[in-house]
Order: sequence, then C-alpha cells, then structure tokens
Amino acid sequence: MTTQYFGQRIKRNEDPRLLTGGGTFVDDVTLPDLLHAAVLRSPHAHARVRRVDTAGAEALPGVVAVYTHGDLPPSLQEPLPRLIPHPALVHHKTQYALARDKVRHVGEPVAFVVAASRYVAEDALDLIEVEYDPLPAVVTLEQAVRPGAPLVHEDAGTNVCAHYTQRVGNVDEALARAAHVFTERFVIDRGTAAPMECRGVVAQWDPRLRQLVVWDSTQAPIPIRNGLARLLGLAQGGVRVIAPDIGGGFGPKIMMFYPEEVLVPYAAMQLSRPVKWIEDRRENFAAMNHEREQIHDAAIAVDRDGRILAVRTAFLYDSGAYIPYGLTVPIVASTTLPGPYKIPNYHCEFRAVFTNKTIVSPYRGAGRPHGVFVMERLMDRVAAELGIDRVELRRRNLIQPHEFPYDVGLIYQDNAPLIYDSGNYPATLEAALQKISYEHWPQERARYRAQHRHVGLGVACYVEGSGIGPYEGCRVTVEPSGKVYAATSVGTQGQGHFTSFAQIIADALTVRVEDVIVITGDSGAFGWGTGTFASRAAVVAGSAAHLAAQAVREKTLLVAATKLEARPDDLVLEHGRVSVRGAPGKSMTLAEVAVAANPLRGTIPKEWEQPGLEASRYFAPPRGTFPNGVHAAIVEVDIETGMLKILRYVVVHDCGRVINPMILDGQIRGGVAQGLGGTFYEKLVYDESGQLLTQTFMDYLLPTTMEVPEIEVDHLETPSPLNPLGVKGAGEAGVIPVPALMAQALDDALSELGIRITEMPLSPNRLLEMIREARAQAPSPHPGPLPQGEG
Amino acid sequence: MKKRTGVVRRTTKARVVTPRRRNPVRTDAAAPPLVTRKEITVQVNGVAQTAEVEVRMTLVDFIRERLGLTGTHVGCEHGVCGACTILLDGAPVRSCLMFAVQAAGQEIMTVEALGTPDRLHPIQEAFRDHHGLQCGFCTPGFLMTTLAFLRERPSPTADEIRVALAGHLCRCTVYQGIVEAVSDAAARLRAGTPTPAPRARGGARE
Amino acid sequence: MKPAPFQYAAPESVEETVALLHAHGTEGKLLAGGQSLVPLLNMRLARPSVIIDLNRVRTLDYIREENGEIAIGAMTRQRTAERSPVVTRRLPLLADALPLVGHLQIRTRGTVGGNIAHADPSAELPAVLAALEGSVVVRGPGGTRRVAAHAFFVSYLTTALGPDELLLEVRFPAHEHQGSAFLEVARRHGDYALVGVGAVVTMAGNVCQRARLAFTGVGPVPVRIPDAEAVVTGKMVTDGVLAELGKLVTHMIDPTGDIHASAEYRKEVAGVLARRAIRAAAERARMKQMRMR
Ligand SMILES: Cc1cc2nc3c(=O)[nH]c(=O)nc-3n(C[C@H](O)[C@H](O)[C@H](O)COP(=O)(O)OP(=O)(O)OC[C@H]3O[C@@H](n4cnc5c(N)ncnc54)[C@H](O)[C@@H]3O)c2cc1C
Ligand code: FES
Ligand code: FES
Repeated sequence: MTTQYFGQRIKRNEDPRLLTGGGTFVDDVTLPDLLHAAVLRSPHAHARVRRVDTAGAEALPGVVAVYTHGDLPPSLQEPLPRLIPHPALVHHKTQYALARDKVRHVGEPVAFVVAASRYVAEDALDLIEVEYDPLPAVVTLEQAVRPGAPLVHEDAGTNVCAHYTQRVGNVDEALARAAHVFTERFVIDRGTAAPMECRGVVAQWDPRLRQLVVWDSTQAPIPIRNGLARLLGLAQGGVRVIAPDIGGGFGPKIMMFYPEEVLVPYAAMQLSRPVKWIEDRRENFAAMNHEREQIHDAAIAVDRDGRILAVRTAFLYDSGAYIPYGLTVPIVASTTLPGPYKIPNYHCEFRAVFTNKTIVSPYRGAGRPHGVFVMERLMDRVAAELGIDRVELRRRNLIQPHEFPYDVGLIYQDNAPLIYDSGNYPATLEAALQKISYEHWPQERARYRAQHRHVGLGVACYVEGSGIGPYEGCRVTVEPSGKVYAATSVGTQGQGHFTSFAQIIADALTVRVEDVIVITGDSGAFGWGTGTFASRAAVVAGSAAHLAAQAVREKTLLVAATKLEARPDDLVLEHGRVSVRGAPGKSMTLAEVAVAANPLRGTIPKEWEQPGLEASRYFAPPRGTFPNGVHAAIVEVDIETGMLKILRYVVVHDCGRVINPMILDGQIRGGVAQGLGGTFYEKLVYDESGQLLTQTFMDYLLPTTMEVPEIEVDHLETPSPLNPLGVKGAGEAGVIPVPALMAQALDDALSELGIRITEMPLSPNRLLEMIREARAQAPSPHPGPLPQGEG
Repeated sequence: MKKRTGVVRRTTKARVVTPRRRNPVRTDAAAPPLVTRKEITVQVNGVAQTAEVEVRMTLVDFIRERLGLTGTHVGCEHGVCGACTILLDGAPVRSCLMFAVQAAGQEIMTVEALGTPDRLHPIQEAFRDHHGLQCGFCTPGFLMTTLAFLRERPSPTADEIRVALAGHLCRCTVYQGIVEAVSDAAARLRAGTPTPAPRARGGARE
Repeated sequence: MKPAPFQYAAPESVEETVALLHAHGTEGKLLAGGQSLVPLLNMRLARPSVIIDLNRVRTLDYIREENGEIAIGAMTRQRTAERSPVVTRRLPLLADALPLVGHLQIRTRGTVGGNIAHADPSAELPAVLAALEGSVVVRGPGGTRRVAAHAFFVSYLTTALGPDELLLEVRFPAHEHQGSAFLEVARRHGDYALVGVGAVVTMAGNVCQRARLAFTGVGPVPVRIPDAEAVVTGKMVTDGVLAELGKLVTHMIDPTGDIHASAEYRKEVAGVLARRAIRAAAERARMKQMRMR
C-alpha cells in the first residue's frame, strides 16, 4: 500500500460543518406538519398498573393521540425483541413498548402522547391519570439474590436470570497448593454514559410510496431498520433508517429496541404525519440504559515469587429490570479480567440479576473496567503483601512477545475463542514507566511526604477486546465529477469516521482526503451491517473500506487500460490520474475513467463485470483483535477535605497501526475523561424505594475543564495480523484502566493511613469517611499535618 | 433545584390558570396586563426577526424551531451543559434559561454568524486544528463563550481559559484540544488574522 | 422538559411591579436572572400561574457607595458586581465569593438580588451577607423596609419576603480595612458549595480583635457560630487557636446530609475550612496593615 494519508494527522472532513452549526442531529430534522411526542413514565420502581385514564389528555386542545399498551397493534403489544441470546440466559426478559400490567423501574414508559408541540405534549402528560399499586422494590444486588426477595418477574420465579461459568485449568487445586492466597470483595456502582445529545427519533411515513423514513440517534441503524420492518409489517426496502450526526453514543445508544424507537414510527404511520420525540435530560437519566454495577468476590493465588497460579472471581451483575442486550457486559468483564498476565488457572462465574432499576447495556468499556479493576487490585494486593514492587510483580507475570498468538482459554463475547493476536506488553509497560519517571518515584514521594503532601502514583495495565465480527461493508464509488463517495452503514458518533475512512480510501485512489465523501449510518445508502460498538468501526468497516477502495482501484486500471490501450500493469495511478508508464501525455483523470466506465453507447467488456467505478466489499474478521495499554498517574489528596487533584496522567497504548494519530489521541483522552468521571464524580444514586435521586446535571456530575488534567499519550504499533490494515480498536481504551489506576494511586497517596480502595466510584465524602475510619483504627503519628500557607 | 430530585413525572392535574385581580391596588402605577402570547422583535445575527410567541417558549426553542437556527443545541434545559449558550447583547448566556419574550429588543448572536464552512472564523479554525471537537454537539456553545471571552481577555493563560470554559460540558473530549484551541485562537486573533465579519444569517439556513 | 403554561407581565418600574405583586402575589413569581427559577419551571417543579419579569425594571441595576455600605440593586447581574471596581476594592469578601457562583454564563444573567432572594442553603452570597452582617431593602405594598441578614433568611429557600414583596437592594458593609476570605469545597468548580465559609477579621497587630464567620451548605440558612468566633477573638491566630476553632465548629455545627456529602463530612470540613479561612483572612489583614504603614 502506498501510504500517503494513512498514519497522518489529517484535519477532519466533518469539522467545518459541525463548527458552523451545520450538523444535522436528530433534533435538527424539521418536517412540514411535524408533531411532537412525550412519554409518560413510571414514577414507581415497582408497581402494578391498575388503570390508565387518558381522557383528560385526549381532550386537551393540541393533543393528536394518546397511546397506552392496549392501543398498540398486536406486534407492539409483545415484549420487545431479544438482542443477543445466550444459552445461559434462561430468563431473557425484555420490556414492553408501553407497560402492560406492571412497571419495573422508574422511568419505564406507560403512555405516549402526540401533540402539536412538545409543550402541549407535556401538558397532556400531566392530565393522564394512572392508578398504581406500588410493590416492594428490589434495589440492590444483594437484596435481589436474598431468598424471599420480591420478584421483578414473578413468572421467572427468581431474580437470577443467568448463571454462567468459564474455567481454565484447575483453580481449586491451585488455590490449595499456593504459597499465598488473597481474597477480596470489589464493588462497582452505577453510572451512565450521559452523551451531550440525548436520544431522539423522528419518523415520516409516506403512504403513497409506502416508505417509512426514520431519523434515529442510534449506533446501529441497520438492525433498527430490519427490526422495524418486521414489527411494522413492511419490507426492509420500505424502511430507511438514518443515524445522522450523533452527539455522542458511548454504547447505550445501541439497543433494540428502546420503546420510543418503535412508538414514534408507529405513530407516524398511524397518523400519517411526521412525529418527533426528543428525550430530555431527566428522561435520559431514567430511560437510557445504565451500566457498571457489579460485585466481585475474587481470589488470587501466587507462588513465593509472586507468580500467578490462579485467579478466581464470582460476581453479581445487575441487569436492571430487563435484559434485552443479553450477557455481553458480564462476559466481557470475565474475559477482560486476565489482562496481560499469564494465568494458568482461572475460574470466573457470574450471576446476572434483575433489580427494579433502569436496564443495563454496554457503556464504553462494557465490563472491561470491572475486569481490570479486579485484576489490578489483586496484583496490588499481592505486591503489598509479599513486599514486591508492584511493577516488578507485573513484569514477572506479563505474557511475553514471543507467546503470541496467546490463547487465554476462554470464549469471548463474539462466541469465538479468546486469543490475543499480537502485542508487546513488556514494551508498553516500560514505555509508560519511563514517561512517568517511575524510577525516581521513591525520591519524589519522599519529597512530597516531607511537605506533608499526600501524593501517590499508580500504574495499571490492560488488554482490551475490540474489532469483533460479524462483518461490516462499504461501497466506494467514483462519480463522473471525480468525487469519491463511500457508504458504510456503521453510525458515527464523533469518532472521525468521515476522515479516517476517507484517508484509507484516498490512499487507494490517490485522491485528496477532502474529495472522499463518506456517508455513514444511512440504511438508504448502504443496507448491510451491524453497528458501532465494541471499538469495531475502524477495524471492521475500515477494512471493508480498504477492500472496496482497492477493488475500485483495480477497476479503474482495467477501464483505463482499455481506453488508453495499454496493459493494466503499465498503468500508474497517481494524484487521481492514470497514466501509461513511459508514455507521457497518455493519461486520464479518475473522473474521465468514471465517465468511460459508464458508457451511453457500445458495450462494456466482460472483464469489467459491471458498469461504473464502484465496488462493495465486506470484511468479516474471524475473531476480535486485542489492543493493550498502560496508564500511569500521579494524584494528590487533601486528606482534610477528601478532594483529589491529578498532577500527571500518562497513557501508552498499542492499538496496532494508527490511521490518524490526532483522532486516536482524541478517542483515548476522551475515554480517560469518562473514566475519571466514573471514578470520582459520577454516580447514579437510588434510594431504598428505587427512586433515582440523580436526574439532573446538578446531581450527576460530569467532569469539566477544571477536573480533568492534561493527558500525555504515546503509541506503540504492533500491527494486528487479523485485518488488512493491521489496526485494532481504540474507542474504549481510555476508560478501561482508570478505576484500577486511581485506586492504586490513592492507596499510594494514603499508604500511611493504611487505606485500601476496593470500590468505585469514590467521592470526597467517601474518601474522607475512609480516612476517618483509618485514623480511628490507628491514630497516625501526625494527625492532620497542616501545610504551610494553606488556604 | 439541587435538593429536589423528584421522580420523573407525577399524575397531578395541570393547574388551570384563572387570572385573578384584586383591587383596589394601593399604588398609583397601573399594572401592565398579563399575557400568554406576545409579539416580539429580536435582532438575530444582525437581522430583525419579528414573531408572535407563547410566553413560555424558551429562547432556545425560539432560535431553533421558529428561526430554524439549529446550530444552537439543547443538552439539559437546566443550565448546566452549556450547549445552548448564545451571545445576548454580546455576553454569553444560556438560552434554555430565558424565555423568548425576554429577548425582545435585544441582540442575539448564534454560531451561524461566526464563519462558514469555506471561511471558518479563526476560533473555528483553531478548534479544527487542535481537534477541539469530536461529535460536535457541545461545540457551538464553546465557540460562543470563547468569542466573548477572547474579546475580554485577548491573551489568556491556560488556567483562565479553563475557568472560562468550566460552564460547558463536553462528553467526548478531555477538553485539552479545546483549551489549546482557545489559546491558539487568541494568538491568531491578536496576530490580526482578518476576522470574517459576523454574517447576517438570521433566518433558516440557506 | 418544558414549563407549564403561565401568564406573563414585564413591568418597567418598581411601582408597576408592586402593583402586579399586589394583584397576583400569591400565585405569581418574580423572575430575575432566571438561573434558579427557570430550571424549576422547565422541570415543572415550580408551576406559578403568573410570571412577573423584573428584567425591564432598569432602576434596580446599580452599585452605590453609601455611608460605609455598598448598596447593590437587586437586578444587578452577578457578573457586573464581579467586575465592579467598587466591589473589588471595598467588598473583598464578596469579590472572593462571586467567581464561585456557578459559571461565567450563569453570572452574566443571574442577579445579586435573585441569589439572595432565592436563599439556597448552599449558595455563596447569603453567607457573604451574613458574615458581613449586611441587610436588604424590601418593598411591599405598605412601603419600604430594611431587614438585617439574620432576620431575612428564614429557612430552606425561604426568606422574610412576603408574597407581595420585592427585594430592592442588598447592602453590604464595606470592609476593605479588614481581612477576609471566602473558601469552599464544591464537588466541581462552579457547583454549589458542599461547605463554604466567609470569614472577616479585624486585626490589631497579631491579635484578632473581631472575627465573623458565616457558613453555607451546613444548615437551612447561613450559619453563624458566636462561640467559635469568640475562640479567636482577642487572641493571636496561632495553630493552636485555629485547631481549637476547627474542633469547636465541627462540634457545634449541625448540618444534614444529602447525596453529595453526609452530615459528618460537612461537620468535619466546616471545621477545616473555618481554620483555613481565618488563617487566610488574618494573613490578608496583616498584609493590609503592612501596606498602610
Ligand atoms: C448551572 C448553575 C450553577 C449555579 N451555581 C451556583 C452556585 O454555585 N452558587 C450559587 O449561589 N448559585 C448558583 N446558581 C444559581 C444562580 O446564582 C442564580 O442566579 C441565583 O441563585 C438566583 O438568581 P437569579 O437572578 O437567577 O434569580 P431567579 O432564578 O430569577 O429567581 C430565583 C428566586 O428568587 C426570587 N427573586 C428573584 N429576584 C427577586 C427580587 N428582586 N425580589 C424578590 N424575589 C426575587 C424569584 O421569584 C425566585 O423565586 C447556579 C445556577 C445554575 C443554572
Ligand atoms: S441546554 Fe442550556 S445549559 Fe444545557
Ligand atoms: S464533542 Fe461531543 S460533547 Fe463535545
């Protein structure tokens, strides 16, 4: 591949549009005669719905329709589809579009109003009377698995919907003979992705064309199209789903289906008028899927030198009230846990549990932060107990470069064996250590201590699964104008696909990046695909784009060869022009070739196969590819207020070949910001009756410019052998090790107090509580040393 | 607001509005009448816009829905995220926390008046060069605050930039590119890169 | 998240406002900067049937110096006050606190009067007013009255304002010769304080002659603790005295917890901040004395 743009810091094609207010987000779609929808949501965590009286709402001027469960057609009265079945998932419960006889979490849709404006629609919500019989709510995981707990789904007879175990080797035996065994419980609480754009759906039905057009803030437009066609009795060709510009996705914008995604199209068809529903922020907190809640009971067995003999975890996974997305998150957590270490014996086992809380589905990281937290915390424990330097301990256990491909012995989320394709873990670790000057840390630390400052350093390693199948496709077309159009169905939520795919294609066709116009997420433009998740778009769709562009390149040479009366081998394609080697003057531009490839008279030669400079290609990786990385940070704690400050943050990351370092760094840094949010600021709080107490940005705290530090990023490039570009995914890397890293750094900062972090997220309140408890247990020699000139 | 974190929605009936006038009023001044709709004229990006609005319509809904200027975004409707930030008489405010009627007689500037895709404003250029945006949803708000901020502080430090932008949430970036962009934009503006004059783009986008 | 219907009037004078309040006070709400009220309206947590918009009452936007007090008109934007040289010079405590109120975009619109009238228990300005023992001027149908800070703040979001009364101005005693400091711990920059404290001290040499402390975030109204103030009064500001102050504050303060911080957290941190604030205020007072000499 003649590389020109691949690997370069190319400015993004999409920016001029987005910077000038020219983006098209779902809420920007306006249509003549547009109606606006609002959803009445359950105020109860768990209740029987006795009666829904919509008469008052229907009578309100401006209200066009009010729907309850009984008003929907039979196909929408059924529970919504199950996304990813799994043999271990014995109670695969999914939600109704509108609650039937029971509500199971605060925010569950009960009625749907369509009106002349959102204002009137909300007025109408106030006029709907619902009679609820509140039931006892199951709020915590521990509560849910207790015998006699109230049942979220009575017919299941239990709140445990899946119990799944994976094993490598013989853990029990290893635990029994190990020199040291340490056990610990780790608790990770709930968070939410909180993209800046909430969800939204606009639908338009043309009864004459029998064509339904849906703009949806989804990460997976094609599966939505396919599902809608089925549920609404339309041909797939009669449904066009467009995921336009999306204001951040991060996982939860992929779900099949959120109720609104079927209700809005249905109402538009039924009313023959376009309908818009835009989720507001309070709805987003209660109705968009959450993540993160897990409780792990883990154990590690090591020999005298700290070599890992076995790891075991048994955990509870909170799925919320339903489990449409299946077991992806807990499987990813279990399979990420081993990380870069050689673990001869491994046992992971989880129970997925229903609670009366919002549904859980993958949010950036999707179980990976949990796995890494548990593993890295166990490693830190071993280091502390055995008195081995934490880094040295890691060095001793890392998988070595010559051991790839490395079979971990587990089955990954894509049902393929978990095999690390490539990497150089020791190199990544050493690079990070050097960047953070780990060597000098003991002196640095002593210097801080002398100033009565509580500063700590952390280092955390991870391996991340990415770029899984099944497949993605791309169609590349050179139009007679010379512009190159590329269509792929993966949606884009800010990851720069308009640019990175354009770079790949521009290299193949030797055109400028800005002359490649990439269309994403429009089923009308490209109808096959699955979606943007699991850090897979660049890997899978990017490879498809590469294959399609290469095919177009070959076709270009073929057509030009005919026209220029030369052999394809004698042609060179450069700067968008085909010329004959050694025959200056004999050349054609891509535009001219495109015209020639689609003649108005004559015929097209058989070897052209089809007219035009166009090719569609698919890429289906056999299994995922595995980036790895190490983060290191230095943090300071004010032990009198529990406030935290990050003094340095360093990332060394290896995600194979880099398409665009600027975009890649942005992805990594953004992930770190989210990780830091989930470590110290963000936490969804439910009270004991299942009320969600954090439903505003005043209560759910996203980090601002003032809370996040500068993040220094370096890359190593170990190409993946599993795709033609040698790339690996990068979308989630930033977020994954942050909780583990912060925990270790805090332990270090607070080591005199003997504090050990085993939970996430933290807060100043929680930190001070730990400090208080630690002091009560062992009064420190200098309680609350006052820094000089404080305040 | 902070302490009240109530449930999603209650099934209470909306209060019926019955205007009640007690008299006599013990002051000389006649009270202005109560209205539910009002005709307003607002200067938007240099163009006078006249419209009748319901008094409860927020300014951001007016800008987006009535004027079709969808570059200003809605992220929270309670003043925290900053996506809806516009300039009101030159100063950055949350357009979700104002009613359109309140803007009558005032001047509004939105992102649409900053630069065009072919001719970006130096601030926009700098955001592009420093990868100060990913999904772009938060971006217009950042740009508007930056414009006002750099007028006031043409040579800010990185810390000052961070404070000025703390009222904007971005979920995609770590703000680093944004802070660098603002710093660089300041330099470009100081160097006198010719600034495209704010464009009159009051109505629906062409 | 759209407000319920309401009726609206935008009076242009205090008199018109008073008349409107008289007619609709009980079901009406005054709208100042809207930075607290509009979120409540948008979430339908407040549903007044009448909104009386103060933003056209131009006469309430001023900062005046009068007899050792600075009178700030209720509709003065927080940002205007923040940038006022008078505030910077003569009200250093207020100048310290204003940048902590939300963010630039909030203060551009939010008013000084609105912040005081809203009386959020975690807001900064009420604590400033309490620490300075300032007052407010209130106008009702019966005329104008002046209310001292301690009498004005009644409880959570509740003040001595009657339903048909209007806050006209906030009066802060000038304190440029004293030392002062406003410190707070908030979850993030710009958030309401988990705990905040305004401190003002009068120093004679190294001895503290008078100290006032007012806390925010630790009770329904700004909290003063006379016993704690007494600990430092008449003494040199030493580590020992400060430690005693901190302990006493922690002991005496009686906050409630919420999802952001427990009562224990607030107690403990109030003690820490009291110590730090008095230290900083005393330091500043000493600097001033040095400069005067
Ligand atoms: C994102 C965000 C962050 C914030 N952070 C902080 C913070 O950290 N600290 C802080 O203190 N505040 C904070 N605020 C609130 C802000 O300071 C408000 O501006 C202030 O509390 C209310 O002032 P206002 O002018 O906006 O009043 P409005 O919201 O208009 O009114 C508030 C209340 O006061 C009444 N009122 C207003 N003016 C008068 C008057 N003249 N006479 C009688 N009654 C009157 C109104 O009727 C209403 O009940 C924040 C707000 C937002 C949106
Ligand atoms: S929408 Fe206005 S601040 Fe978020
Ligand atoms: S770029 Fe997506 S929220 Fe800022």
